[in-house]
Amino acid sequence: MTQPVSIAEHAAASAASGNALLEVRNVAKRFGAREVLKQISLEIASGEFLTLLGESGSGKTTLLRLIAGFEQPSSGEIWMSGERLDALPPYKRRVNTVFQNYALFPHLTVQENVGYGLQVSGVANSEIPSRVNEALQMVKMQEFAASRPAKLSGGQQQRVALARALVNRPKLLLLDEPLSALDANLRKQMQGELKSLQRELGITFLFVTHDQDEAMALSDRIALLKDGGLEQVASPREIYAHPANSYTAEFIGQTNLLRAEVRNGVAACGPLKWSATQPPGAALFSLRPESIHLSPDGPAPTDAVHFRAVVRQQIFSGSSEHLELELAGQSLRARIPARGPLSGEQEFWFSPADAVAVRE
Amino acid sequence: MYTRAYKRIISAPPLLWVGIFLLLPYALMFAHSFWIVRDGMIAHEWNLQNYAKLFQNPVYLDVLFRTMRIAASVTMLSLLLGYPLAYYTSFHAGVRKDLLYQLVIVPLWVSYLVRGYAWKTILGSEGVFNGFLQYIHVTKEPVSFFLYSPFAVVLMLTHIYTPFVFLPLYASLEHIPRNLVEASHDLGAGSSATFLRVILPLSLPGLIAGATFAFVLTLGDFLAPLLVGGPSSIMIANIVQSLFGTAYDWPLGAAISVCILLLTISLLFLTERLEKGCSFR
Repeated sequence: MTQPVSIAEHAAASAASGNALLEVRNVAKRFGAREVLKQISLEIASGEFLTLLGESGSGKTTLLRLIAGFEQPSSGEIWMSGERLDALPPYKRRVNTVFQNYALFPHLTVQENVGYGLQVSGVANSEIPSRVNEALQMVKMQEFAASRPAKLSGGQQQRVALARALVNRPKLLLLDEPLSALDANLRKQMQGELKSLQRELGITFLFVTHDQDEAMALSDRIALLKDGGLEQVASPREIYAHPANSYTAEFIGQTNLLRAEVRNGVAACGPLKWSATQPPGAALFSLRPESIHLSPDGPAPTDAVHFRAVVRQQIFSGSSEHLELELAGQSLRARIPARGPLSGEQEFWFSPADAVAVRE
Repeated sequence: MYTRAYKRIISAPPLLWVGIFLLLPYALMFAHSFWIVRDGMIAHEWNLQNYAKLFQNPVYLDVLFRTMRIAASVTMLSLLLGYPLAYYTSFHAGVRKDLLYQLVIVPLWVSYLVRGYAWKTILGSEGVFNGFLQYIHVTKEPVSFFLYSPFAVVLMLTHIYTPFVFLPLYASLEHIPRNLVEASHDLGAGSSATFLRVILPLSLPGLIAGATFAFVLTLGDFLAPLLVGGPSSIMIANIVQSLFGTAYDWPLGAAISVCILLLTISLLFLTERLEKGCSFR
């Protein structure tokens, strides 16, 4: 890729060089006989926005709770800035959490909620009001300082929860699906605000979500979890362009999985044939819908694979057309720029470079 | 929606029930309190003599104050026993939660009288308690003041009403979302700070409800003084009972009842306001 070095890659690089804020070392968690997390190792760099992405039951929330201290790992260690974290009770960790359902104290006002962390950790009483005010300003909630949480909308409660978690100036902020209860518009807006807040404050965010779009939009790096194991940890661009395996390829964005047979440097999947560097034998390739082009669109490279396929379905979505193609009994998804109705057999092409080999 | 006739028909039985078995007796009691006994008969002459007697004769007020002292003691002790029990059961009992809950409920299945007599057996001079004290050589002879004293009444009523304090407390503790406790720890509060700042304030409605149960139920109790109390711990309900019984002065008994009723109603009104004031959902 010819992208400029992003924060993500910078963060990833510094994590690799031992500059990690948080290190999860071989952590496993069992609830009875059920293994919820299997030997997870993960490093988070200081200032990074890392997202734990996975379906429900993938163990992402459990990992978050282990870091917050609400659960103890069955084995393994968690370190933060050279300090063993998993031996400390939650109230001694410089980690704060934004809970999924906000968990605001119903008997306290907004400012009492935000000031709670300062009060219990013995910050001087004279300092509290200004710091509470500062935190409320950050999330634009000063005018609600005297209200009780029950009087606030979901989005407002979300902001208060954020202010409450940030007021203690944690080194690491944990966010457990904080936006999942908001409606789509508000969600988009909050995503933007979260991202800019994180940049401004320079606090490391560990964000849990099951929504891949949200993960793509916010993260410097994504850690994809499945059945308690890490599938891939990489930047959104990297994970999209080079998914490690078929699960990742299908979970992050849409894709076509092509089961091909490689022989003499040529991969064959039904009538499709393209040059491949894989060793001989069965191989699985991921071909993104937008990598399939309608002929004669675009400058097709000289090694482009041309094929004819029947358009089974066409869904117009403004700027693009989502096509369902059929060739030799196999269905393919394609996304092309908007261009009026198509029918019958059409010619398409894709570049072999876009067919990315993935593990099962 | 439902027709008016339908609504009338289904609301008739409860209205009749309340009318015949609650409002009518209250009305009769209220009327009696303004009548008078003459030559061993109740004369239907309206007057305020009963109320005057009530406030002039110090016996009645003394007994009323004693009753309230006993009720306050029972309330305090049941809270002291019931709160830790409810807190432990709700937050820390783990898999034993249901068992503990059942163990608190089971005594409610045993007749009040049986439990009263049990205390007689325990506290009496030939009782278990005295036997134990002599066995460990704390006392040489049976001690008689355990039984037939206000102490015995408080002990027995505390035993009987602690489940009534436990139940609303347990319910309100169960309703506290556990992530609030986690949020408190997360923000840096240890266990005791979390208890004082989050759990206790959020359990206040249950605490007030439980305290009201214990206080009001004790206020109207007459069996405990009869069974284990003795003459020194006569309570207001015993006086009412004797006035309606052997003393045959229904009007005076009714006047006392009206006073207790007013006291109870204002207490319930007050605690309900308090409960509303400290619930936030």
